[in-house]
Amino acid sequence: MKVEQISIFIENKSGRLAEVTRVLGEAGVNIRALSLADTSDFGILRLIVNKTDEAKAVLKSKGFTVNKTDVVAVEVPDRPLGLNSILEILDQGKVNVEYMYAFVERCGENAVIIFRFDNTDEAIQVLTQGGITILKGERIYNM
Amino acid sequence: MIWNDEFETLPREVIESLQVKRLRQTLERVNATVPFYREQFRKAGVTPEQIKSLDDLRRLPFTLKQDMRDNYPYGLFAVPLEQIVRIHASSGTTGKPTVVGYTRRDIDTWSELMARSFVAAGAHKGDVIHNAYGYGLFTGGLGAHYGAERLGASVIPMSGGNTMKQLMIMQDFGSTVLTCTPSYSLYLAEVAAEEGIDFKALKLKVGIFGAEPWSEQMRKEIEEKLNLKAIDIYGLSEILGPGVAIECIEAQKGLHIWEDHFIPEIIDPDSGEVLPWGEQGELVITTITKEGIPMIRYRTRDITRIIPEPCICGRTHVRLERMSGRSDDMLIIRGVNVFPSQIESVLITIEGVEPHYQLIVDREENLDTLEVQVEVNEQSFSDEIKVLQGLSNRIRKEIKDMLGVTCKVRLVEPKTIARSEGKAKRVIDKRKEQ
Repeated sequence: MKVEQISIFIENKSGRLAEVTRVLGEAGVNIRALSLADTSDFGILRLIVNKTDEAKAVLKSKGFTVNKTDVVAVEVPDRPLGLNSILEILDQGKVNVEYMYAFVERCGENAVIIFRFDNTDEAIQVLTQGGITILKGERIYNM
Repeated sequence: MIWNDEFETLPREVIESLQVKRLRQTLERVNATVPFYREQFRKAGVTPEQIKSLDDLRRLPFTLKQDMRDNYPYGLFAVPLEQIVRIHASSGTTGKPTVVGYTRRDIDTWSELMARSFVAAGAHKGDVIHNAYGYGLFTGGLGAHYGAERLGASVIPMSGGNTMKQLMIMQDFGSTVLTCTPSYSLYLAEVAAEEGIDFKALKLKVGIFGAEPWSEQMRKEIEEKLNLKAIDIYGLSEILGPGVAIECIEAQKGLHIWEDHFIPEIIDPDSGEVLPWGEQGELVITTITKEGIPMIRYRTRDITRIIPEPCICGRTHVRLERMSGRSDDMLIIRGVNVFPSQIESVLITIEGVEPHYQLIVDREENLDTLEVQVEVNEQSFSDEIKVLQGLSNRIRKEIKDMLGVTCKVRLVEPKTIARSEGKAKRVIDKRKEQ
């Protein structure tokens, strides 16, 4: 039910993002989804890739600080109020969202939202009880 | 103008014979009264009687700041405490400060040398000296104060801080000479501009600035903004306090060191070898008239060179080139002494912080800034911004609590702080490049 995400610490200076994508590309890693959170000094690049452990290992070997966290991928109908219905359920279940990002599936009618919760297991329970489809990791990695 | 015509213009050979005579007296005295020096001389296999010329000085061992700490608080005093009339100490915020004691005659000498310095800077009896150096354990305030009184000027004992009041007094009292740190002078200018106070309407003509490193570029800025002549003064509490050396207003080039009281040497900071005059290296000073706490070959850690060429002002005492840096790492940030090792000891207590760090000191809007760069490691890294910001806030707060200095914390990628084989380059002081 959980999706593995890697995060990379990136200093705010030119060429660092390109360095990450180059390292991953040379290792044959494909990026499925990403989000970049930034402050004035640094950024955190969060990626979901087809080969999580390989990606983490190769980035680490190039001196990047990388960690792995569990996030939850949820399928959302690509129409008005699609996202809202999910957030309502989370709100009622008193689940906190740390951050989220979204992408639209290729040739699909659905969008995929990646959620990072403070309590992942509890969030999964709330979403499942609310009848929300949670995507398996494999589905995202192999999209 | 020269305050003490007789001594400030002595011919070179007279200065040198006076130095040898006073050096020998000092050596005999410390050998008799300070166990530390007696032991130092014994270990070096040299007796005071063997020192017969200035060249022989190099046979004596150096004295380091650490020696002062090891002999804290009074171990290096050469007279009984009953003869000490004043005690000052370095502003070390944690750990032991270095303590210096002055006899009545030392205070007299200091007043004389500060009076000479004021006159060299273009001040006269009749000037209103606005003394914004801190009064207290720090030598700046009282050192300048006694010199100003000796000169016969009217001294306003402002001490530091309270900028609005400083400006008001400057206007109302008609201050003609300003003494403070160079960075504070620019801060005064900035606040004055905000308040619509025009320095051109004030009576200030000279500023005597010291206690922190500054540059020619900064001099230009100060002179422009404060509409005065900016003079560089040098001193350190271990040797005396302010008034060890000062620029003359005639040349504004190099600081005359009062050679009838101090013997300057320049050494290679790595080998300790004495360098010829004119070459750049670490300044070593021997005091030859001090009674309370004489210093034999004290390593100042300040990098400079001796300018032997005669000066247009007529003083015969050699000049020191404007200090280009300190060879050890003590930083003075907004008047607070900060050792990188103190920051290190704060960082060590914080989990998930690498022992690799770098301090970037700069000057923004006329105030010293300190940036602490810390490497993020896997333990401290998180995919959440708030966790990393929490980490930098925590580091900032602990440094503030421990050292009393506000800093900016910048988290950087691992291995991006340059490693070195020997002593790590912990500090980049950009103030010196300005």
